[in-house]
Amino acid sequence: MAMTNAALLTHVLRHGDRALVLAQRLGEWVAHSPELEEDMALANISLDLIGQARLLYTYAGELEGEGHDEDHFAYWRGPTEFRNPLIVEQPNGDFARTIARQFLHDAYALAHWEAMRSSSDTTLAALATRAAKETAFHLRHSRGWLVRLGDGTDESHRRMQVGLDALWPFAGELAALDDEASLRESGVLTDSGVRAAFEATVSVAVVEANLVAPVPVPAATSGGGWDGNHSGHLTGLLEELQVLARAHPGASW
Amino acid sequence: MVTVEELDAIRDIAASVDDPELPHVTIGDLGMVRSVEHREDRIMVTLTPTYTGCPATEEILADVRAALDAASVDADVEMVMSPAWTTDWITDEGRVKLRAAGIAPPGAAGDRPAVMLDLPVECPRCASRRTRRISDFGATACKAPYVCDACREPFETFKAL
Repeated sequence: MAMTNAALLTHVLRHGDRALVLAQRLGEWVAHSPELEEDMALANISLDLIGQARLLYTYAGELEGEGHDEDHFAYWRGPTEFRNPLIVEQPNGDFARTIARQFLHDAYALAHWEAMRSSSDTTLAALATRAAKETAFHLRHSRGWLVRLGDGTDESHRRMQVGLDALWPFAGELAALDDEASLRESGVLTDSGVRAAFEATVSVAVVEANLVAPVPVPAATSGGGWDGNHSGHLTGLLEELQVLARAHPGASW
Repeated sequence: MVTVEELDAIRDIAASVDDPELPHVTIGDLGMVRSVEHREDRIMVTLTPTYTGCPATEEILADVRAALDAASVDADVEMVMSPAWTTDWITDEGRVKLRAAGIAPPGAAGDRPAVMLDLPVECPRCASRRTRRISDFGATACKAPYVCDACREPFETFKAL
């Protein structure tokens, strides 16, 4: 496999894994959300992310050229093979903590997909065009709750601040991928403005929500989730995600 | 050789398939049928999927194949991502049908995420613009629940995307 192709495969898996792992976390809220509309919202966002993951995994299978389909990447890889950033595998906690995770993710994801619309890779550009529009709805949802809780009652403010503090250390990894230079040179990655856009979205919302965060976002850290180094949280998540497929290999219904 | 009239007839068959989640509109109304072409001795029907997370996509593929089979048409069906589908492709007839079914048709989506504009949505029942968004997420990926403050009726709107 050519070097660029290997880098592209890694890139596609990173984002497929980011989407799938967060979708699984959001799925844990179904029937436990604070109100019916939130059950619907979190499940819908989860489905959008699964849709994105499926397309990315299918594309990964084409790039890899070993006949693997989307299910292979979702169900038959272990934790060290997953390349998602650490923030998406963090546990749900209370609703405020889930919102902090989702808001930071969505702010990054929108900046990422907006940039990828002009990718030289037509498959990724087409996916980005739709994903950017979907992610804008996700961000409106998570940002709305960040402000509502942060600028709400004493108790909601306290919880939102605790949630943001807990997730903040993971924000730096999101817009920090310095090993994708070959993809930038070939025009596949067009992400020069992603970090600035991400930080702008976050810092404005944090102020509006009456919250405190040490802006700018923490410095980039390498060697984390994007590189396959995960917390134990991912292991438990994958066990639940993969148990059925692994108990009944090849089953269909 | 396949004539233009034959290709048009095949297109009509594909376009007349109902959307599984919106049975009052067809996939033609939604602008999902991109092309019907004669390609290397095969007829290729090209569709564009709507939302990335839409669970109806596979059912639509199967329904189109079944409709073509029923008409004894030997054609291949493919889904193509690029150019990406947008609600701007929903036809005028499709918009009339959506409104008649109590679903407010989407406003212009344009090229960028339009969501931050949050333009007023017209109630499909009484045409008032005194409406409120209940949530961005409803019973299907493509719709959001609203309520009308004029006639007090809840309704759904097709999200501009």
